[in-house]
Amino acid sequence: MPTPRPAPPAGRVDAIVIGASAGGVDVLTQILPALPTNFRPAVLVVLHLPRKLPSLLPEVFTARCTLPVHEATDKQPVQPGTIYFAPPNYHLLVDRDAKGPLLALSMDAPVHFSRPAIDVLFESAAAVYGPRLGGVILTGANADGALGLQAVKRRGGVTLVQAPNIAIARSPAMPQAAVAAGPVDFVLPLEQMPAVFRAWGDGGAI
Amino acid sequence: MHDVATKEFDIELRLLLEALYLKYHYDFRGYAESSLKRRLAQAAERLDCATLSQLQDRMLHEPALFPVLLDYLTVQVSELFRDPSYFRGLREHVVPVLRTYPSLKVWVAGCSTGEEAWSLAILLREEGLLERTLIYATDINPTALQRAEAGVYAVDRIASFTQNHRLSGARTSLSDYYTAAYGGAVFDRSLKGHIVFSDHSLATDSVFAEVQLLSCRNVLIYFNRELQERALGLFAESLCHKGFLGLGARESLRFSSHEASFTPVVPEDRLYQKR
Repeated sequence: MPTPRPAPPAGRVDAIVIGASAGGVDVLTQILPALPTNFRPAVLVVLHLPRKLPSLLPEVFTARCTLPVHEATDKQPVQPGTIYFAPPNYHLLVDRDAKGPLLALSMDAPVHFSRPAIDVLFESAAAVYGPRLGGVILTGANADGALGLQAVKRRGGVTLVQAPNIAIARSPAMPQAAVAAGPVDFVLPLEQMPAVFRAWGDGGAI
Repeated sequence: MHDVATKEFDIELRLLLEALYLKYHYDFRGYAESSLKRRLAQAAERLDCATLSQLQDRMLHEPALFPVLLDYLTVQVSELFRDPSYFRGLREHVVPVLRTYPSLKVWVAGCSTGEEAWSLAILLREEGLLERTLIYATDINPTALQRAEAGVYAVDRIASFTQNHRLSGARTSLSDYYTAAYGGAVFDRSLKGHIVFSDHSLATDSVFAEVQLLSCRNVLIYFNRELQERALGLFAESLCHKGFLGLGARESLRFSSHEASFTPVVPEDRLYQKR
């Protein structure tokens, strides 16, 4: 496990991108509701889902979270302290215009057999947010997100992977692939994540 | 995979788009950067170019490669009666109004390989309106347009087309409209008589007809806001008073200056009516 580096500068992160697959709903249920009303970064989530079914995630998480929760719509400006889920069957990306970061969708080919794909969100968010981005890989049974997390790191962002050995959902493959792809800033068990997210958001010590 | 998350890539991207415009008059400069980057990185990789600058060099000097690149730049993903509830919305809320017109014009903007245009032709035939309708199906990609006009789709896609069609509130069987042969399903020539396939760019061309219904789904997501504004301006100009506009399932007028020109008819299916 890499040594956690010193506490980041005040408010270092404007957005956190999260990728999860098999077992992801359980894990997100332990993280997202723990974020407080004054949480400042935007949270963008790709969870692999069946293509043809409507996603119930916005309803499920609206009921549990203090932060507002939306399913992403194309060209929607990214608001701080808001959770956005990728809609089923679309890639979620981050673009920008003169006013700031925007959500963008695409129906490009699946990546790692997935649309939405984690790599697609992470690489586009890395290009827009640079060092002011946190990238997080949670439980899952494939390798999606490993390249994306490295893109976050290359642009100076901070990266975190769910500790594979304690991965709840019997699916440590995705965290393992993310760690194998290159250096990661933090490998942590789930319980510690909300505190780390808060620290990224307000610059306090972890 | 080429690294889209570098500043050099951003610079080379702009130069490449400028070069394509100057040489081939295809204008991708207003496309949404994030997905454009990914597709160009894939194209560069497939064409053995280490950088977008190398890709640019080859595009300028090997015109035969341009159609290959065009297939990367324009996304062809569709199916017959995609998002069946959209077509149900059309039947329930739009068709009753369309019935009041003696003749109809419909524009399918960004028709790609034609699935949307053929679906609308079938729907209008089922609703008894096709005989008085002309459908303009437009796209910038000539290869896609040829496939759209051929109206031949792989037989293994028919099961999902049939299910979509049924869920759209079908009044007939989809098999009434195609003939299966040699692994392909060929759609009915009598439908084709009502569809005009034509080259048109939402980035550079202007309005060519007044229409009562305009369907443009999952095309605007590839544009940046400025180009979306241009396209929506064309749509508003092309639609007759009280004409209908249909967008993709996750597209919205909410973030556009044209929002006030339209009233939502079926908000969840992105069906709007011009004020």
